[in-house]
Amino acid sequence: MSNFYEKKPDYELSTDSSEDEEALPWITWFCTLLGHDFFCEVQEEFIDDEFNLTGLSQMVNYFTEALDIILDIDTEGSQEDKLEGDEAAMVEMSAEILYGLIHARYILTRDGLERMALKYENADFGYCPRYYCQMTRVLPCGVSDVPEIDTVRLYCPNCNDMYSCSSSRFNNIDGAFFGTTFAHLFFETFPDFLPKNSRTSAISTLGPNPIYIPKIFGFKVSEFSKTSSRMKWLRMRPQDSDSEMESDSIPASAPKNLPLPPDLNATVD
Amino acid sequence: MSDSDSDSEFSKSWVEWFMSLKGNEFFCEVDDDYILDFFNLTGLNAEINCFQQALELITDSLEKYDENMVNQIEKSAKELYGLIHARYILTNRGLMKMQEKHRKKDFGLCLRANCYNNPLLPVGLSDTHKKAVVALYCGCCEDIYRVKQSKHKSVDGAYFGTTFPHLFYDSFPGLKSRIVDPEPSKLRYVPKIFGFKVHDIANIHRWQDKHVERENSRIAKMLENS
Repeated sequence: MSNFYEKKPDYELSTDSSEDEEALPWITWFCTLLGHDFFCEVQEEFIDDEFNLTGLSQMVNYFTEALDIILDIDTEGSQEDKLEGDEAAMVEMSAEILYGLIHARYILTRDGLERMALKYENADFGYCPRYYCQMTRVLPCGVSDVPEIDTVRLYCPNCNDMYSCSSSRFNNIDGAFFGTTFAHLFFETFPDFLPKNSRTSAISTLGPNPIYIPKIFGFKVSEFSKTSSRMKWLRMRPQDSDSEMESDSIPASAPKNLPLPPDLNATVD
Repeated sequence: MSDSDSDSEFSKSWVEWFMSLKGNEFFCEVDDDYILDFFNLTGLNAEINCFQQALELITDSLEKYDENMVNQIEKSAKELYGLIHARYILTNRGLMKMQEKHRKKDFGLCLRANCYNNPLLPVGLSDTHKKAVVALYCGCCEDIYRVKQSKHKSVDGAYFGTTFPHLFYDSFPGLKSRIVDPEPSKLRYVPKIFGFKVHDIANIHRWQDKHVERENSRIAKMLENS
């Protein structure tokens, strides 16, 4: 993602209108921007606590200026006015990155998790694109905790997999603004949000977690075919997680339920 | 179709007009001689109302029709074309046309992060029409996904059929982006909390690893014995 921030953020276009919305705090305004739907509003008390910002001053340029923007602090006769046009834009961009990184930390706190839970309940993050996940709600997550590596992705708790956002407006949102940990800590904190049977469901084609079985004219593709399915395991779950995990031996129940062709020898010949 | 539409585009053939409709981007153009060969339409007259008129409309030879039936014929023609399309894309020429569309990524890309934008193929979940909406099959993760755009949500899955993507990859095995010796860890997303794996999910992954090993050795043994 070399030219990650090359594309001008949408809010640049609306700077004129921001004059009218002077009353709106920067954080609220930032969260209402197009494409920022995934962000929740970080409490100002969290940002005020310098302990929560440890190490961020090395990661973000114009750290103090950016922090002032986020907290709507007018320092010494509005420092913003003193800055040249280019510099002001860079400070603005730093503020965005800084807010994102604070956000990534904030959503791991109790308050943050609860705020995100509200958004999750409203399905603000969208649904899993997988057909058999049947509109399971997803959570934003990142591939890396370092900014400018990858865009935000979506984690589905039903298939335990990660997807790209289908809408292009999220292509500019950095994955580090949500972090690698958040989605999983969320479900550890609120296990009630986990879809039923998502971690222990049986291997079946009809059960709560069906697996897609490719068929040609109604016949399953032979296992020995070069193009037969070799990725079925990706969606498979152990039948009874507790008993099988302990033993190293092959579970007796699993192979029986594998969707095998009815007559293997016939297919070989 | 409104009348004004059809008037202005009178020079276009019905199939061309149908292909230009919004939401029909997944379809390829069925050859006229395929439609005209009655053998290829076996059994379809039982599934479609006003079969004869619908067929005439598709082949642009409709002359006499009841004014009140226009909408019905229009609808039937669309259904009939879809069902013919499902048969056509299983033929050599149809597969070639779909390969071209696959190359141009007309069906979109797989959203799964570890599939790295693998192009998708349309698939039906039933070969009977009016049962299920079209889905998209990814040859990399071998799973099916919902269509992204709402304009495709009204396209019937039976117009592509359950067989198509698998026959497609059987005909063009080179297009299937499979890693030769799949190592589960590279194809799978591993959830982590502060860098540590999540217990429940790690259990599932260990089971999957074991399962893959078991299956691979079983298949290898079977091949040896045969």
